[in-house]
Amino acid sequence: MKKQKYIDDLNEIKDIMNRSSKFISLSGLSGVFAGIFALLGAYFAYRMVYMNQDYIGYERAVATNENLTILLIIALITLSLSIGVGIFLSTRKAKKNNQKIWDLQTKRLLINLLIPLITGGIFCLILLFNGYVGIIAPLTLIFYGLALVNASKYTLKEVRSLGIAEIILGLIATYFIGYGLLFWSVGFGLLHIIYGIIMKTRYGS
Amino acid sequence: MKELLKDLNKAFENKIRLGIMSGLVVNEYLDFNSLKELLSVTDGNLASHLKSLEKSGYIVFQKNFLGRKPNTKYSATAEGKKAFVKHIKAIEKLLK
Repeated sequence: MKKQKYIDDLNEIKDIMNRSSKFISLSGLSGVFAGIFALLGAYFAYRMVYMNQDYIGYERAVATNENLTILLIIALITLSLSIGVGIFLSTRKAKKNNQKIWDLQTKRLLINLLIPLITGGIFCLILLFNGYVGIIAPLTLIFYGLALVNASKYTLKEVRSLGIAEIILGLIATYFIGYGLLFWSVGFGLLHIIYGIIMKTRYGS
Repeated sequence: MKELLKDLNKAFENKIRLGIMSGLVVNEYLDFNSLKELLSVTDGNLASHLKSLEKSGYIVFQKNFLGRKPNTKYSATAEGKKAFVKHIKAIEKLLK
């Protein structure tokens, strides 16, 4: 019957629309890894900032220049590990599905992700070097959330919800300044792990 | 039944032409190579279907150069998008 041909047509139309406009190789597993790296990073940062105080005798987190450098290094390592594993796993997923990893959709996704992200990064660095330490954690959550919402049009729709969750968390964290690292661990650690598991069960990798 | 069939567009009966339109309605533009990969078709095959869609006034193209390589960007016209939506609606009605 002709009916089956039209059902096939509709399915193919949907498939082509998705493949041509969205980056669908984003690996869920890489979310889990990013979350674990973030928790490890947060743990080291916590030890760095708070454990020392026992013997220096300060009562609150202090950002000495030395501390700051080490914190930035921890952040940089965490970030590169997450991005590295993300690229590796997504490339693997793309290969498995016979898709190209570097195409128009990937470029569009990255550009739209990076505009808010780099803006936020530079903004936070400027604040950091001017001594506004407490506001950094909430701000990174907010900017990251905005970046995700902005990029979500070009990838799987769940990224949008993750972004909104990060923004809300960032706003709450802005109110509870001083608990920055805790909120940061929830946002970049816990949320990524939950999101990764959801994606893994929904899309299979 | 006849009433329903008249909304189906002959131009989109072909799978490749349908594929081209599907890609172009959700993208501002796609270049020749992206279309080729998207639909896994040969150059000649794709070119002939693009030409026929262009003749129907459903798509337009813009030729550019990336360095020395020619790069042709295709996009759907307003008329093409309208015809495509009408065609899909007709299919959906037919399947009901």
